[in-house]
Amino acid sequence: MRSRSSDSLRAIADLAGEIREIASGELNFMEVCGSHTMAIAKSGIQRMLPEGIRLVSGPGCPVCVTPAQVIDEILRLSGEKDVIIATYGDMIKVPGSRRGDNLGTRRASGARVEIVYSPLDALKLAREEPRSQVVFLGVGFETTAPGTAAAVKLAWESRAENFSVLSLLKTVEPALRALIRDESFNIQGFLCPGHVATIIGEKGFAFLPREYDLPAVISGFEPEDILVSVYRLLRQCRRGEARLENEYARAVAPEGNPLALAMMDEVLEPRDDVWRGLGLIPGSALGIRERFGQFDARRRFGLSWPMEEAVTACRCGQIIQGRMSPGECPLFGTVCVPEDPVGPCMVSSEGACAAAYKYQEV
Amino acid sequence: MCLAIPLKITEIHGNSAVGERDGIRREIRLDFIREPQVGQYVIVHAGFAIERLSEEQAMEDIAAAREVEEMLREVHDALQKQ
Repeated sequence: MRSRSSDSLRAIADLAGEIREIASGELNFMEVCGSHTMAIAKSGIQRMLPEGIRLVSGPGCPVCVTPAQVIDEILRLSGEKDVIIATYGDMIKVPGSRRGDNLGTRRASGARVEIVYSPLDALKLAREEPRSQVVFLGVGFETTAPGTAAAVKLAWESRAENFSVLSLLKTVEPALRALIRDESFNIQGFLCPGHVATIIGEKGFAFLPREYDLPAVISGFEPEDILVSVYRLLRQCRRGEARLENEYARAVAPEGNPLALAMMDEVLEPRDDVWRGLGLIPGSALGIRERFGQFDARRRFGLSWPMEEAVTACRCGQIIQGRMSPGECPLFGTVCVPEDPVGPCMVSSEGACAAAYKYQEV
Repeated sequence: MCLAIPLKITEIHGNSAVGERDGIRREIRLDFIREPQVGQYVIVHAGFAIERLSEEQAMEDIAAAREVEEMLREVHDALQKQ
């Protein structure tokens, strides 16, 4: 075990050295995965890179891109009689439009909010609480979507009538396209999210080089994976190439996971939705198909939200577009801290601001 | 949010299964794994196995995850001395 550790250490040092050797000029590489954001902040990878190479966090944290008006609607729902909100822990502290108003504070004043690890835990909770309505907050990207879809289907099969899912699922490709089309877009390559690619396959990111002439590398989550991926992006830039490379081939097939894709397609369909910081993006969300509508919390409880974004002092929007670093936000670290966050980038442990704050990368 | 951990399948009951590693024992679902077998490794996200891993790869990932903290401390120390 000891030898592996020093091997890895040497590999990282070698890679950082090779990157320094071939680097020249200013390059911005964007990761679009909260787990990458965390791994980069925690490992101090940015500090190992030469000046001029900047790793920028994109809209990779699904909690962070959920807009305030959606949180408001969830908070309203949590106040309804006999409703139990079942959610991943990340959503607990996300404020709605009113600061300090979140699922955590609602729970403290009597609402029933349960943290679950899997949508199936929420389904189990519904069986244990037959007199309550259990609403699972289905937040996530493609990695999370198949399991969420499977839970809806299981509820349908077992007629779990007191269970429903509020789908807040989003898909990565439409958001990347929206970012790239923005006139201020200034990114020279993408580190693509490994576990999203496990589901959608290499093919899900082929549009980046093919349509936009942008280098892209699907990356795993260890510091070595990320450094190898940065190295490959840099090598493409140096050679004037734009290709899709798969650094995470151990878990990503060219076509993705066909069973997971089939489950998504059976239960979910593309919808328009608002992203915090990016606004309305057509076809960027996944809603529950009519056939399973009985288990759709939006339908069951008549939930809806405006399709435009409210303007606030919080700069999460610019941060997830890579136009601003967390430290450049006037609220960062003063008014907005992880214990009392203003925006979701500071709430979720995977948000760019929370990661920057915790590991002081500013 | 998109983190996934490698677990070894130790029991299978239809699409439900038990995944284990290092004393962690979790109920998992195998809906998305073709012909799963006891003893195989899978990467698990929010209770669902999303892909199979070779044993060799899984062991490497597990070892890397265990040691990553220590390793990074060493990297930081080394960089600070430079």
